[in-house]
Amino acid sequence: MPERTRKAKPQEEEKVQPEETKAAQEDSAEVDDLLDEIDEVLEQNAEEFVRSYVQKGGQ
Amino acid sequence: MAFPKICGIETEYGISVRDTSEFNPILTSSLLINAYAKPAFKRVKWDYEEENPLRDARGFERPGAEAPPDDETGLVNVILPNGARYYVDHAHPEYSSPECSNPRDLVIWDKAGERILEDSIRSAKEIVPDGQPVLIYKHNSDGKGNSYGCHENYLVDRGTPFPRLVKHLIPFFVTRQVFTGAGKVGVENGAEACDFQISQRADFFEVEVGLETTFKRPIINTRDEPHADPEVYRRLHVIVGDANMSEIATYLKVGTTSIMLKMIEDDYIADDFTLSEPVAAMKAVSHDPTCKQTVKMADGRSLTAIELQWEYLRLAKKYAQENLSEDVMTTDVLDRWESVLERLEVDPMSLHRELDWVAKLSVLQGYRERDGLAWDHPKLRLIDLQYHDVRVDNGLYYKLQRTGRFETIVTEDEIRYAVDHPPEDTRAYFRGECLRRFSEKIVAASWDALIFDLGDEPLRKIPTLEPTRGTKERVQALLDKSPDPATLIANLSS
Repeated sequence: MPERTRKAKPQEEEKVQPEETKAAQEDSAEVDDLLDEIDEVLEQNAEEFVRSYVQKGGQ
Repeated sequence: MAFPKICGIETEYGISVRDTSEFNPILTSSLLINAYAKPAFKRVKWDYEEENPLRDARGFERPGAEAPPDDETGLVNVILPNGARYYVDHAHPEYSSPECSNPRDLVIWDKAGERILEDSIRSAKEIVPDGQPVLIYKHNSDGKGNSYGCHENYLVDRGTPFPRLVKHLIPFFVTRQVFTGAGKVGVENGAEACDFQISQRADFFEVEVGLETTFKRPIINTRDEPHADPEVYRRLHVIVGDANMSEIATYLKVGTTSIMLKMIEDDYIADDFTLSEPVAAMKAVSHDPTCKQTVKMADGRSLTAIELQWEYLRLAKKYAQENLSEDVMTTDVLDRWESVLERLEVDPMSLHRELDWVAKLSVLQGYRERDGLAWDHPKLRLIDLQYHDVRVDNGLYYKLQRTGRFETIVTEDEIRYAVDHPPEDTRAYFRGECLRRFSEKIVAASWDALIFDLGDEPLRKIPTLEPTRGTKERVQALLDKSPDPATLIANLSS
């Protein structure tokens, strides 16, 4: 899994942050969580997997 | 007055076997279907008598151009107790939903198809425990120039002139992509390069109108096989759509198209929205995820896809007010249509919990930012593919949906029920119930007939040419007082 650092959010700093920044940070934390969850189910060896996926045409 | 919009969706699923490119897609598709179908249903044959994919809606018949090769027609082909057809078509497993009376029901029976494919994978594993797992994707392209369809079918008044359908539907189909698209990394079929596009299918459309479905694909397909009384009905065979994982996208795709068809049947659209170059416009709209791209109209105006959709919505609201004010679902479709257009106009990415292409793009952007991936990185193509994996534990759409990150409009209970039960308000009810009760006496079935073998007598055919009949309300009592098919046939003829 690629290395990743999530920014710490100290309580005191958070109090003085404008609402928008806080929302952006929450969004970003949510995206990080989602990507972590996707990493768990994503097929291994993307390059080979995608290369070998070839279909016969259909309608 | 417009006809009821009985509708269905047929999907050719992508198929693969893990860790090998040496597999036969036709045999593997057959294995899946054979593993799934109960023996009682497998022996009922599909009745091809009324099929003629070469009959053209423009009034002629083409010799031999696209007749299925002989070796494909004999393949596995079963009718399920929910009224659907499940078979091998063009080297793909295909699920054709039963006929539904409204867009929400079609979402349910279309989703039931995904569960049937997932259950089939599990059943195949039981038969071949040592085999590599079969992988199934509900999408429309392998990213290498091969496309397979997700076709919608709508019951249309035969009296509506076909050129009128063509005139109004082309601009509608070109622009509805903004909410029906399932999203794709890159381009295919020689289209001009772009990183990500709205639709899986747009690159594959080469002409405006035509009979073909596997090459030189037309925006309006003219196949004229009504599977119903041909004097009264057409079946409009729509081949431009993407296979959707999003329930809302399927609901809007079918709901808005149904309203459009009603307006066209009632000759309600006086405006002329003809595009000057629809085939090019189809790609231009798909290739711009900001939704700001304009398309040229024949009258010289330039409009965005969203602006053109606003025009259709304005007409549809007025039409509904005058003709469909009692119809709660139409009102709901119109409200959603409006809400989606409003938000697409302001910020398309705000629809990441509702539309496939936006959800997919949002995940891809997340990976690009976190891992610094260029658009041609294989991992992005893998995400594009795995978004459509039908297994609820592995598919990325299901990862979003099961963790509350994607909105739904139907329940899992409704979907599970639809796996084994037909819709109750179309002829699919009669087909499904006959299959469930009398399968051992049915030798063949199709959309518009059931053929019984009662023993000594010649085979008995029960035509089901009227899609709005055979409903629970009309036939349940009759079925209940018919303990066997002979009594059913006697009761039907009395």
